[in-house]
Amino acid sequence: MIYEELQRQIEQLRALSRNGVDLSEEIARLEAKLAALKRQTATPAPSPAPSPELDDWERVKLARHPKRPYALDYIQALTEDFYELHGDRLYGDDAAVVAGIARFDGQTVVIVGTQKGRDATENVRRNFGMPHPEGYRKALRVMKLGERFGFPILTLIDTPGAYPGVGAEERNIGGALAQNIYELFNLKVPIIATIIGEGGSGGAIALAIGDRVLMLENAIYSVITPEGCAAILFRDASKAPEAARALKLTAPHLLRLGVIDEIVPEPPGGAHLDPEMALCALKSAWQRHLREVLALPVDVLQKQRREKFHKMGLYEEITESSFS
Amino acid sequence: MAIFGKKYFKVELERLERKDDETLWMKCKACGELVFKKRVRENNNICPKCGEYFFLTAPERIELLVDPGSFEDISRPIVAADPLQFIDEDGKPYSEKVKKAQEETGLANEIIIGRARIGGYPVILAVMDFRFIGGSMGSVMGEQICQAIQYAVQERAALVLISATGGARMQEGILSLMQMAKTSAARKRLEDAKLPFISIMTYPTTAGVEASIASLGDITLAEKGALIGFTGRRVIKQTIRQELPEDFQTDRFAFEHGIVDNVVKREQLRDELIKILRLFAPLLAHSSAVAGEAHQREAIV
Ligand SMILES: [Zn+2]
Repeated sequence: MIYEELQRQIEQLRALSRNGVDLSEEIARLEAKLAALKRQTATPAPSPAPSPELDDWERVKLARHPKRPYALDYIQALTEDFYELHGDRLYGDDAAVVAGIARFDGQTVVIVGTQKGRDATENVRRNFGMPHPEGYRKALRVMKLGERFGFPILTLIDTPGAYPGVGAEERNIGGALAQNIYELFNLKVPIIATIIGEGGSGGAIALAIGDRVLMLENAIYSVITPEGCAAILFRDASKAPEAARALKLTAPHLLRLGVIDEIVPEPPGGAHLDPEMALCALKSAWQRHLREVLALPVDVLQKQRREKFHKMGLYEEITESSFS
Repeated sequence: MAIFGKKYFKVELERLERKDDETLWMKCKACGELVFKKRVRENNNICPKCGEYFFLTAPERIELLVDPGSFEDISRPIVAADPLQFIDEDGKPYSEKVKKAQEETGLANEIIIGRARIGGYPVILAVMDFRFIGGSMGSVMGEQICQAIQYAVQERAALVLISATGGARMQEGILSLMQMAKTSAARKRLEDAKLPFISIMTYPTTAGVEASIASLGDITLAEKGALIGFTGRRVIKQTIRQELPEDFQTDRFAFEHGIVDNVVKREQLRDELIKILRLFAPLLAHSSAVAGEAHQREAIV
């Protein structure tokens, strides 16, 4: 996986060089890295083996487990000096989204995440992690702040989806999601997105455009909830387990489909059983990927970000023929 | 016009087949009157008795907007694959659903990409057809929209996107969701090239398409009678357990909440587009004589 990524990066840099940009240093550096890696992995690296015995529906339940670490747990454990910022400067502050500046691995970063509540009271305040448009607009405001100062961006995604309510529609939730997706592609700083729990549809992808998209082993990421899919396609919401399997919404499936870059391993039985381990795994993944993306020139990064998503999708070519 | 076996045919407006043309009369669902179908067609698919808008297919929509004889289907010859091996409730694979939609609509896909002139101005059209699995966006639509953007940039044409869609296509799972990203990323090319993108939202423009490319227009129009929103009415009602405002997610609602620039009657859409395109004319490639001398200035490259 990492080989191919490196190879791809080298090729892209070469292609860019042909257009008159001097990237020989960068290419040499990557080639050295690739060679070193090839030596290192003459014996296959112990890749985290995602527990294949776990059923997709089991994973949905783990992704939604009430004791699972939430965004703020990762932020508090993995970063220092987190300074939370509030409000979208347009309408209000949405507690379903946390956003701020922090230090990670000796470097100032911007962190944005969707946040669920631990108990009923907090869940009312956090709206069960379902943001309104002001949440997405706050996220974008803070990410643009990061861009201004050259801080890389880390996002944490754990939401059932954007909030389905009247106020959200009145304040153009669809437009807010679209704007975020669009702007994330144009940000001139590295972005690492991590799906840590539920990646619910448009409300998730609006924070999940990144140079790297990581996913915890038992997280889910889907175009629709299994319940919603079951209600519409199977006309029976109780068929959610079947829908979950049909939707291929777990990390191993998404890795195969080319939608995510890496699975971050969880302790057996889920992140809530040994949060320490889950936190450590994410920390080392972030360190590694940040190092890689920070080494790339911004224009290369942006180009790769676009190309990465441009390749997603599958269709069949048909031989063309028309009436004459 | 359709795919038969492994052949892909392009839409030709002159050869439009209309399945329901065997009958001469139709009953208006709004006023209940029997109306002469030919009259309805001539009237932009609007009931001549009460003004109700009947459903427009993508080819009909194109016919309504473009300069006669100027349209050329430039869709990429691709069709939906079945990346998830998805099986529907009735045990039918997704691929069969696609095939059925192709047979019923005579179209290869839920979207048609075309080159045309409107009032003489060069445009690239991307038009969705709601009959084709709810006009939902899967990998094909994502790719076709990107192609449309590429053509617009190459030919210095305006992009006109006409949405009629229920959102992302569930049967392609996460890959459908990713088309929101793919299309939104491509949209930047129009901005970089200083080319106008006009997004027209019709009944319905919702969910994954509304929350991505359709909401990224330089100018956003709602066709009168449009339904515009992210989450469906039913889901919202179930969540909040309250009655929804009567005009919820209507054209008027979208206008009053600042979501669209203008609400335009169907019969005025073409004129509205010409009005807008005229303002961007200096940025577009040479417009044909129809556009008049005033806009024959050289294109800015
Ligand atoms: Zn009528």
